[in-house]
Amino acid sequence: MKRTIHVTVNGVTHTHEVEPRLLLVHFIRDVLGLTGTHIGCDTSNCGTCTVLMNGKAVKSCTLLAAQADGATLQTVEGLARNGELHPIQEGFWEEHGLQCGFCTPGMMLAALDLLQRIPDPTEEQIRWGIEGNLCRCTGYQHIINSIQYAARKMRGESPRKAAR
Amino acid sequence: MAVSKLFGASIKRREDPRLITGNATYTDDLQLPGMVHAQIVRSPHAHARITRLDVEAARRHPGVVAVYTGRDLQGALNPSPTAWLIPNSDLKTPPHPALAVDTVRYVGDGVAVVVAEDRYAARDAAALIEVDYEPLPVVVDQVKAVEQPGAPQLHADVPHNVAFKWVLAGGDADKAFEDARRDGVVVSQGFINQRLIPNAMEPRSVVARYNSGSGELTVWYTTQNPHIARLLMAVVTGIPEQKVRIIAPEVGGGFGSKIPFYPDEAIVAFCARHTGRPVKWTEDRRENYLTTIHGRDHITDLEIAARKDGTLTALRGKTWANLGAYLSTAAPGIPTILHGLMLTGCYTIPNISYQVLGVFTNTAPVDAYRGAGRPEATYLIERMMDLLAARLNLDPADVRRKNFIPPDRFPYTTAAGLTYDSGNYEPALDKALEAIEYSRIREDQKKGPKRGRYLGVGLSTYTEICGMGPSAVVGSTGFQGGLWESAVVRLHPTGKATVFTGTAPHGQGEETTFAQIVADELGLPIDDIEVVHGDTGAGPMGWGTYGSRTTVVGGGAIVLAARRVREKAAKIAAHLLEAAEGDLVFDQGRFSVRGSPDRAKTIQEVTLQAYLAWNLPPGVEPSLEASAFYDPSNFTFPFGTHVAVVKVNAETGEIEFRRYVAVDDCGRVINPLIVDGQVHGGIVQGVAQALWEGAVYSPEGQLLTGSMADYAVPKAHMFPTFVTDRTETPSPHNPLGVKGVGETGTIASTPAIVNAVLDALRPFGVTHIDMPLTPERVWTAIHGKSRR
Repeated sequence: MKRTIHVTVNGVTHTHEVEPRLLLVHFIRDVLGLTGTHIGCDTSNCGTCTVLMNGKAVKSCTLLAAQADGATLQTVEGLARNGELHPIQEGFWEEHGLQCGFCTPGMMLAALDLLQRIPDPTEEQIRWGIEGNLCRCTGYQHIINSIQYAARKMRGESPRKAAR
Repeated sequence: MAVSKLFGASIKRREDPRLITGNATYTDDLQLPGMVHAQIVRSPHAHARITRLDVEAARRHPGVVAVYTGRDLQGALNPSPTAWLIPNSDLKTPPHPALAVDTVRYVGDGVAVVVAEDRYAARDAAALIEVDYEPLPVVVDQVKAVEQPGAPQLHADVPHNVAFKWVLAGGDADKAFEDARRDGVVVSQGFINQRLIPNAMEPRSVVARYNSGSGELTVWYTTQNPHIARLLMAVVTGIPEQKVRIIAPEVGGGFGSKIPFYPDEAIVAFCARHTGRPVKWTEDRRENYLTTIHGRDHITDLEIAARKDGTLTALRGKTWANLGAYLSTAAPGIPTILHGLMLTGCYTIPNISYQVLGVFTNTAPVDAYRGAGRPEATYLIERMMDLLAARLNLDPADVRRKNFIPPDRFPYTTAAGLTYDSGNYEPALDKALEAIEYSRIREDQKKGPKRGRYLGVGLSTYTEICGMGPSAVVGSTGFQGGLWESAVVRLHPTGKATVFTGTAPHGQGEETTFAQIVADELGLPIDDIEVVHGDTGAGPMGWGTYGSRTTVVGGGAIVLAARRVREKAAKIAAHLLEAAEGDLVFDQGRFSVRGSPDRAKTIQEVTLQAYLAWNLPPGVEPSLEASAFYDPSNFTFPFGTHVAVVKVNAETGEIEFRRYVAVDDCGRVINPLIVDGQVHGGIVQGVAQALWEGAVYSPEGQLLTGSMADYAVPKAHMFPTFVTDRTETPSPHNPLGVKGVGETGTIASTPAIVNAVLDALRPFGVTHIDMPLTPERVWTAIHGKSRR
């Protein structure tokens, strides 16, 4: 019944036997112990479980672990490199893009997907670009600022919009 | 108090590094050795008798550790007490069994629990439990539940489903209405404040571990008030309080929904005790929608009396508050104390007469959701201000201005009996009107619609009660606890500090703001300060985070404790410096002798000496820490003006949300960045009630908005960029001068939006539409069709 899958997560390849019905998000959280990826609903509405699969944002509550066989995943734990925050993390910290933090990992990965496709998004493009991710705390405005911060930094510009 | 560089600084949050790197630990992230998983089987019926319950197949399912039903829990768990016994209201408190024994009263009421080795096995086994139900008649509407002859009765000893009848009277409202009918104006309106679902992004989760050797129960769970949870857990399980430890790890938002003590945490604790294994239970979103508390759900008839010049004289009304099937922990206090007492808003209304019926229906329990009673009150009075302005053909801003409590009358005692601590309402109104360019909008309106789009501007000038609260006063309202707060400020031998608070922030950022306070008071680098909360095993009792009380009351305790530490440090420093204490100057963490700045000891040097205790002044005990228990002398009353601009498409009923300005006065501001974040988040929740959100039950008691696909939690693209600004009127009685800001946005924004839409619809003669203002409702109102 179980099948073997090989999944590369944050640069490390894992081989596990999984039940065919095991959700990818449970594989990430319970099998690999990467609990930075959260579960906020089971209907792919909230986006807290968003990870990058082969570079694209996916909702890991709506995929089976078996569907990730052979894939490369990036989770929030893989964003910082050598102790240095990724620009998207830096943006969320600098611009107060989070409050309770529960939506934040998924929100950052969705934003990263957006910035990979549109490096210099308008506010409107950001607002629509994160429509698959819900935040109940921030009212989104500081999230927009955070993503703009990251966009500037990733384009090599001075990230800070204005002194507070 | 000394103004220093950290109080008032927009420093970035200290809780963020763990949250943005995936290193935070929420309850569901915990894995304990030997841990098993619970799945609660819930009723699909809104009201039914259980005639047969067969769990044998589930028990035999591979991986199942145990199955328990309501009968197994009977006698093993006491009912969870109601925490707010509002007086003089004939309050009925029918118990809510953790698992139903004979009767289920709402969809989601628990009937059995399965414990299994993993969550998949638990779910599989739960599906094997057979329950036969004999459906009973259902009532979901609170007016019908009371008034319809033969309405189903939920609880045997609660006639007409009336849980309580609460009456508020101040002045002589009836006479004021007689006068107004004779030579003034009376405005009457019915309002529905629809039921909302809080939707914290993190579902509720509980992990319980019972040590049968020591008799200790440790429960990690998603609570806003771990100390209250410990008290209630002890009462419900019978395990002595000192053997119960509650830990709220990272909590992913609450908005009130994680205040109550739910049957689920008692069930999980029971399972841990009886299986001898640590047990985890995490609700899925469907369960969250069905069983985590809902908010609002008022039906109100209201009238106001005024003189012809727009001066308010009285307010009179009645509200039917839907409480759901059972009383949730704080439920009775929400539509009464926190609602009725705030109905007069920021206006001088000398006479009030108001009645609230709390009603049981076959729906999920209703309790505190962000704002908790105050959004409902603000909605009523702010809608009424606009209706009055329209009736008298006055500008809504002018009617408000005319009725504001003048700044020289604070502290001001209202007809409802509250004493507002401070306020200065007009500057906030002026600032907001200027920022939104109010007169220009009014000019634009005169030009008529553009391409079928009607411009509207809506105001909300609010005040609210927070900083809960003076214990004797809340006690007199029937609250079964104190609402003081605790703090311990402990310096360590290396000069670093740990600060314990009895509050339990879960996104509000007080690890940062509290550290700012302590850094200022003690002259410590902020990075040397750790703020600890959410663990009953660490630090003294406190009452938790809700009601915009954390910074106000918790911060008050912290500043008092920090000052005590400083006083003790000063004694030791004076002794070490061989100077009189009165000759010392304390600045930037350094005690020096006045006039000889080089004779000095740093707070770190003093702390080390306090621990070494080799050379302490007579009568001074070793170590350097202090605790404080701060019981505020009054509530705080933040206020402000919010203004919304919308355009309504008369052809489609669609609303374009164009602009929003919020000018809030929450007293002194510790961290403006965090305050802005609180305001933004609050606005979004309040706007969502006005425009999109609403929980809908079918007449059979099925929740039709039972998932995030059916219930409109708003998204980023549904909002314009908000403009925020502030005025600053300190609270005169709070040691920090702060007032609280966690709920202002939610309280203020709902009526601002609704008023804006109805302002746009004035050319059509539409004066009121009940929320949410969906395109269908707006279109129907414009085109004169009766609503379904």
